[in-house]
Amino acid sequence: MLDNRPVRVLLIDLDKKEIMVEQREDLNGWLGGVGVATCLLKEHLLPEEDAFSPAQPVVLAIGPMATIYPLVTKAVAMFKSPLTGELGESYAGLRLAMSMRFAGYDAIVIKGRAAAPSYLTVTPRQVQFNDARGLWGLSTEESGHILRQLSPGSGHRSTLRIGRAGEKQVAFAGVVVDTYRHFGRLGLGAVLGSKNLKALVIHGDLNIPIVNSAKYNRIYEKIYRQAVETEIMEKYHGLGTTGNVEPLNALGALPVRNLQASSYPEAVNLSGETFARETLIRKLSCSGCPIGCIHIGLHRRQFALGHEHEYESSAVAYDHELVYALGTMLGLTDHRHVYALIEKVEQLGLDAISAGVALAWATEAQEQALIGLQELQVELSFGQTAPYLTALDNLVSQPTAFYQALARGTWFAAKEYGGSQFACTLGKNEVAGYHTGYANLIGQAFGARHSHLDNAGYAIDQELQNKTPAVAPEEIVERIIREEEMRNALNCLIICLFARKIYQFPVVTEALSALGLCWTEEALLALGKKIYREKMALKKAMGFRPEEITIPARFLETSAMQQRLSSEVVESLRRVMVEKLAAL
Amino acid sequence: MPGKILQAKGMSRCIACYSCMLACARMVYKSFSPRYSAIQIRTRGGIQSRLAADICRGCLDAPCATACTAEAILPRAGGGVKFNRKKCVGCGVCAQKCVVQVIYFDEQACRPVICIQCGICTGFCPHDVLSMEVRQNA
Repeated sequence: MLDNRPVRVLLIDLDKKEIMVEQREDLNGWLGGVGVATCLLKEHLLPEEDAFSPAQPVVLAIGPMATIYPLVTKAVAMFKSPLTGELGESYAGLRLAMSMRFAGYDAIVIKGRAAAPSYLTVTPRQVQFNDARGLWGLSTEESGHILRQLSPGSGHRSTLRIGRAGEKQVAFAGVVVDTYRHFGRLGLGAVLGSKNLKALVIHGDLNIPIVNSAKYNRIYEKIYRQAVETEIMEKYHGLGTTGNVEPLNALGALPVRNLQASSYPEAVNLSGETFARETLIRKLSCSGCPIGCIHIGLHRRQFALGHEHEYESSAVAYDHELVYALGTMLGLTDHRHVYALIEKVEQLGLDAISAGVALAWATEAQEQALIGLQELQVELSFGQTAPYLTALDNLVSQPTAFYQALARGTWFAAKEYGGSQFACTLGKNEVAGYHTGYANLIGQAFGARHSHLDNAGYAIDQELQNKTPAVAPEEIVERIIREEEMRNALNCLIICLFARKIYQFPVVTEALSALGLCWTEEALLALGKKIYREKMALKKAMGFRPEEITIPARFLETSAMQQRLSSEVVESLRRVMVEKLAAL
Repeated sequence: MPGKILQAKGMSRCIACYSCMLACARMVYKSFSPRYSAIQIRTRGGIQSRLAADICRGCLDAPCATACTAEAILPRAGGGVKFNRKKCVGCGVCAQKCVVQVIYFDEQACRPVICIQCGICTGFCPHDVLSMEVRQNA
């Protein structure tokens, strides 16, 4: 990887408590990150077997520029998703990429199932298999405290852990990374739970000497100054991603009350401006990023009601997707109530987007009498926080068959109980917080991991808004695929996608050259295309059938950016996309 | 005019981006690794807690210099030390003698990672946490 050394892969077998280190020169052509992870997933995956089969792999990978350049801060996880039954791909920041880099591993593959609850400690010199029986059942926060006490390397380590949701194999359980970041989407937490793996602590303190110091320093400084001294990154530092809430609401693109509406007056109470003014207390960064986009708010509330002046508080991270899924989607009208739900989701170790969308669907299903108190054990109502807190606990403890179904995802529960037409899922994954139009729908429905981040269809919609004559379906599909291919290339590095305007391909090639890696812009794009094809082939092997993808009626019923979407246009886009994927 | 020393007076503003650590490692120690930096940003009980900077406090008549029999570490006017890597014999006594325990001894290279009060880290702090100032009692 770095200086063209072979990709260094740590293989961990939980069954046998054995490790092996591979030097994989053959993977160098895949650059790193998602390229390398896709290859390793393909190599170890049992495509037709269940996501919870012990032999299924979990792959973690970083790119050649991780921590070495500003804003290159992410690690990727790839696995078979228990939520969709196909490609699992998720990204996390904070200290994970740095810890892997300086532990000396470009990728880690975990297979097997530990005989009893366990956690792993990975350092440059050893891998320990530790007893986690005392951690099993603990919240992500409590287990984090204990793991920090038990593990070496304060400041140079990353602590990944699952909560009870992962232990109970809720299909959309996530993994908490260093308290404030996550492998949120597509159920990695459940996969780790199925492996009896509560946590993974990675400590990296290796010295990696700089070879071409003058060239590297010059390019580093250029990127750093662009990040901190221009306006490019300001919105992420300023209000952060919740700065999107008000503009999306004004556009009529903010999903509200299970997407029964795409704007509401109370959105102002959940805006980035409100959060910042009322409760923002600090900002944090991933290691090696000078931006500080992680916004932390004070969640302060009274306890021991009846006694005056008794307060407890915690510091909770908020972002647009959380405010959407656990706020606007549930019809909340006070930003302080969103904190309560975020904190609950964090402690249980659930993916916030999937959890919020599942509750929004359940609320409407109850309104329509598809389910009742017997199934839900609590009366849900848009705008009411307390019942949602109970329902989140129930999602994990699963006291009824209904919650067991909902723990397999909104798509599955709707199939069992009815209400698929208003289940806000695409490709079996709960949707992100944008209702902008056709490219957003098609992008999520057909993206490799059914995520808004696959191809940013929401941005394409905003660019194409009010274009006359209307852009042809072929061009929209082309733009979606092109964006996804380009993002695949960037995700080999793995830059924070917030910084994609800084890391244009010419900058990437120059940055790589200072590390002894010769890549042209054409080669990067070709790699992005190759990864796209590989991922789609893997999906098909796992059972993905593009022609079976449907778009729930709710997405067409509720206007997107003031426009009622036409089923004919959706159908023509769907047809073009299916043809494109068949021709790959 | 005595030399200035590194101060971290704005730690409540620190975002833990590690840009300062990476700058020291990159420009002084020629390493990609933030462990090879003379400034270390740490949490005090997880990232929810306050952050603290482990930095050289710029001792006058620094014990690390007093202890260096090879004269690789010499006191610096205004506080802190000057370090001559070529003279260092790798005994590691400086790290043991540091009052605030912020000298990291690199066992691999047999050399200390020690602050030379160059101020490079301050130029890479995006939140005005770090500064170079004259020592109060210099």
